[in-house]
Amino acid sequence: MRITCPLCGPRDRREFYYYGTDDYLNRPVADAAPTAWDDYLHNRDNPAGVTRDLWYHDMGCTSWLAVTRNTVTHAILKVEAVAPVTGGAK
Amino acid sequence: MRYSGFKVITEGLFGNKGWKPAWRDPAPKAEYDAIIIGGGGHGLATAYYLAKNHGLTNIAVLEKGYLGSGNIGRNTTIVRANYILPGNSEFYSHSLKLWETLETDLNYNVMHSQRGLINLFHSDGQRDAFARRGNSMINQGDDAILLDREGVREHLPYLDFEQTRFPIYGGLYHPRGGTARHDAVAWGFARGADRRGVDLIQNCEVTGIDIENGRVVGVQTTRGAIKAKKVGMVVAGRSSQVAAMAGMRLPIESHVLQAFVTEGLKPVIDHVISFGMGHFYISQSDKGGLVFGGDLDFYSSYAARGNLPMVEHVMEAGMTLMPMIGRAKVLRSWGGIMDMSPDGSPIIDKTHIDGLFVDCGWNYGGFKAVPASGLCMAHLMATGESHPVAARFKLNRFATGHLLDEEGTGSQHNLH
Repeated sequence: MRITCPLCGPRDRREFYYYGTDDYLNRPVADAAPTAWDDYLHNRDNPAGVTRDLWYHDMGCTSWLAVTRNTVTHAILKVEAVAPVTGGAK
Repeated sequence: MRYSGFKVITEGLFGNKGWKPAWRDPAPKAEYDAIIIGGGGHGLATAYYLAKNHGLTNIAVLEKGYLGSGNIGRNTTIVRANYILPGNSEFYSHSLKLWETLETDLNYNVMHSQRGLINLFHSDGQRDAFARRGNSMINQGDDAILLDREGVREHLPYLDFEQTRFPIYGGLYHPRGGTARHDAVAWGFARGADRRGVDLIQNCEVTGIDIENGRVVGVQTTRGAIKAKKVGMVVAGRSSQVAAMAGMRLPIESHVLQAFVTEGLKPVIDHVISFGMGHFYISQSDKGGLVFGGDLDFYSSYAARGNLPMVEHVMEAGMTLMPMIGRAKVLRSWGGIMDMSPDGSPIIDKTHIDGLFVDCGWNYGGFKAVPASGLCMAHLMATGESHPVAARFKLNRFATGHLLDEEGTGSQHNLH
């Protein structure tokens, strides 16, 4: 499996750290109900098919990436830097 | 048909013409008292104990493929009871006790072999951690012996003790640990359930779960609708898909775990050996193949096959530990789809829907748990109460904070 980093180009999977589903981009507000936090931290759609998850280019440019890929075929469909998606650090 | 040595001999004398299929192939009925979704190890064991311990025989196991076509046939067959945490410790201890009488109980040879498990350690800190683990096992009533380097050498003289990277300090020896023949476990439970009247329905995929007024009333399948007031979801790596049919999102992320087997060799490895520094574990099957595995590939996957970096890592770890296996040819590798929970421990619980139960989250440890998981799931489905040894495997423990984090790495999906 190779992931094409928008900054570094195609790189071996070993350069990347897998964090998890892009649910992590929708962090509840600090005073959200405990159920919202439980859902955010633990419960997952866990699709068999196309998913989007977060990877960290640990041994490259250290960007956080949103990777759209297929969990059944391991095909990588799209790789985006997370910062432009979320508007970056505020 | 009851199996016995006498039966084997008489059949052998008369051309083996008297054997019957080990289970029926029934068509689904319109209604059952209970339905188990998933004809793998845990599902078949659940059906078996529902019939045996609770007298529920008007039940069906629905399997979308053939019996035992999932993880029960795709693992490294290790059976052990070496857990620390209250909640896990008594459960796996109970499971090992069930294993020890399983063959008599099932009248089926599952080739359970208590050849002993040795967890190696490679530093003073690891020795302390394993001493503590061993004490917990002894407190639970199980067996554990802390071996020093010479003690390990007596059992495993072929390891590379002098390696500079991870010199072997000793090992925690669990004599009652071992292996079993994975497929035979599925077949034994299937036959046992069938003999008690359970319908094992293959090529029957559940496509929907029918719920009325907060109660489960049945399932839709590729072989028609089937009614039941109790439904158990026991589908391992596919738990999220089945639970979604009931509108649920589970705390599960499915990952791929690879394993490997070599060509058949003469007996060389008598134990189960685990090498934590390289994350490598190995045993030798009765057929002679070296069966070994490593860690998850560490990204969510349903591919039932992994990527090459983990293959390379596992081979390197094996060569670091026991260079003698370097000339063995790897025959096959495969991947199982692990239903990973955030804290690395399983779930056997009711759901918010009356009559709907879930047994999932077995991570990479489901094989040894098969008998106790079935027993506890059956207890839950029959009585509505958790079995005492599975009382902490709650679905909502991530919300309430009652975690079972055996590794102590945190309650997060990518950490187990």
